[in-house]
Amino acid sequence: MVTDYLLLAARNIRRRGIRSWLTMLGIFLGIAAVVSLISLGSGLQQAVTGQFGALDADKLVIENLGAGFGPPGSTAVAKLTNHDFKLVQNTAGVELAVKRYIRPMQAVYNGVAVFGSAASLPDSPKELQLVYDFLDAEPLQGRLLEETSRGQVILGSHYLEEDHFGKPLAIGKTILIQNQEFKVAGILKRSSNFMVNHLILMPEKDLRQILRIGNEIDFIAAQVSDQNQLPSVAQRLEQAFRKDRRQKIGEEDFSIQTPQQSLSAVNTILTIINIIVSGIAAISLLIGGMGIANTMYTSILERTKEIGIMKAVGAKRRIILLIFLLESGLLGLIGGIVGVIIGLLLASGIAGIVSQAPGGIQLIMRFSWPWILAAIGFSLFLGMISGIFPAWQAAKLPPVEALRK
Amino acid sequence: MVLIELAGAEKHYQMGETLVRAIDGISLKINRGDFAAIMGPSGSGKSTALNLVGSLDLPTKGAVYLDSRNISQLDESQLAQIRGQKIGFIFQSFNLIANLTAKENVMLPLLFQGASSEERQQKAQELLQLVNLTDRMGHYPNQLSGGQQQRVAIARALANDPEIILADEPTGNLDTQAGEQVMAFLQELNRRGKTIILVTHDRNLARNHAKIIYSMKDGKIEKITKKINHKWEAVS
Repeated sequence: MVTDYLLLAARNIRRRGIRSWLTMLGIFLGIAAVVSLISLGSGLQQAVTGQFGALDADKLVIENLGAGFGPPGSTAVAKLTNHDFKLVQNTAGVELAVKRYIRPMQAVYNGVAVFGSAASLPDSPKELQLVYDFLDAEPLQGRLLEETSRGQVILGSHYLEEDHFGKPLAIGKTILIQNQEFKVAGILKRSSNFMVNHLILMPEKDLRQILRIGNEIDFIAAQVSDQNQLPSVAQRLEQAFRKDRRQKIGEEDFSIQTPQQSLSAVNTILTIINIIVSGIAAISLLIGGMGIANTMYTSILERTKEIGIMKAVGAKRRIILLIFLLESGLLGLIGGIVGVIIGLLLASGIAGIVSQAPGGIQLIMRFSWPWILAAIGFSLFLGMISGIFPAWQAAKLPPVEALRK
Repeated sequence: MVLIELAGAEKHYQMGETLVRAIDGISLKINRGDFAAIMGPSGSGKSTALNLVGSLDLPTKGAVYLDSRNISQLDESQLAQIRGQKIGFIFQSFNLIANLTAKENVMLPLLFQGASSEERQQKAQELLQLVNLTDRMGHYPNQLSGGQQQRVAIARALANDPEIILADEPTGNLDTQAGEQVMAFLQELNRRGKTIILVTHDRNLARNHAKIIYSMKDGKIEKITKKINHKWEAVS
């Protein structure tokens, strides 16, 4: 019996052609907005996680906190010293400590200057490996530098993808950095961290020479011998620095970043992003829901006469309700499915555009079944809910009045 | 034997400030197998009277009896049952459902009575054959002429084999020839025992087909004429 009415409802939708599609437009838009937001939202989370480059579980970063805000290497931050470096090396549990430098730098090629950041590559293979691990560095073209490769640089993917220099850059070409010639030995694979994509990696000796860097250190990267001991090593480092600098708890002018710390910072940001995305999604759904209710209402009003006819030939009120409920539910369902498809296409399109755009942010679309099913289910529910009221109103009209419309 | 009775029926409408007495106290009895016409100018209340008989509308005052059952006291679901089983409607503007084919329109009343799919198919085919539309079963109303649409409506009215056929100006939107055809069908149905009530403003139409004529004016029955030995005589 219900199957008969379901077929009747499906027929009505099909016969009404473009009008049915117009009715579903509100649903499409709402559901498509939600689905694309959700898909991009989780992609955005991933992109943000990448940007913050959560540290490996066995690595620490020690740097000074400046009087003001500024990027690493800016003058706002007081530098670490060799004394600090020894302090780190001598702390129990620290296997390897590396002096690190990152400085703003100008690269010139084909007569065009581009600003970026130069980062140091230490000499010894062990230290070098630590830095590569740190950056997750893998060559896209050419190779990674080894200890002896002076006068050579590795560039982040940023320098390749954009036609910055008016002429494509390639392995083996010579570029000018602070008026010194360097040969391009390798180009890194694109990283999810956009800082890395903008880096120029060069041997530490070259970097210190061209910038005339004395004994100061920008920051210290350290690897612990046992990653389970990392929290206690971090604590020991903190105590050592406090004692050395005669600072009380809360007065520290240095920071020790552990993976947990960087993750918790990322998590806070992710939570905020989540709330914002869910909020926008909820608003879109609400608007979509209003759209369905509105179109359903006018559509049923238009068909009051049809309801009158059905009553005249013997349809009971609950049958009328059933037919329109099935019809609006079906509209919701189809609208939901089409909306999900449009939303996914939209999301992948946006993800594609963002990932192609300069800036090197990799936005990946995430396909989440529970969300998709929830969106379709909600749309079905919304269709039925918004169909109930006008259908009930139409069904309770005396047939003679319904027929007069 | 009396099949339909209106007893002091009144129907009032509120039109803005004024109360319109569309039907102002009418009493009439229609026998089983009758072919009655309700005649009168527009606004005389003839359609309203028909709607009361067809349980499409309920009287403000008075009672409507169908088979000695007071239908003005039934609930919506029981009224729908009566409309579905006992009454077939034919309207001036056909009132077919535009999204359904001729055959589906005829099947609809059967669906509402819970008939099975095969039953519906078979009955609809038979009825469309009866009104000479076998070759138009899959057509939609807008693909049919007025006369054809009205014949589909007749087939639909007959779907549940009702005792009573109510026809409200059934030829009003048709040319003479198509109108004659429709009236011939009604005549034939009456001959087969259906009770027919025809609402019309056309005196000739009423005289040519009905056996008894109720003339209405201003919501009241003005006179009743009956065909006795091929002559029309006033009975009250």
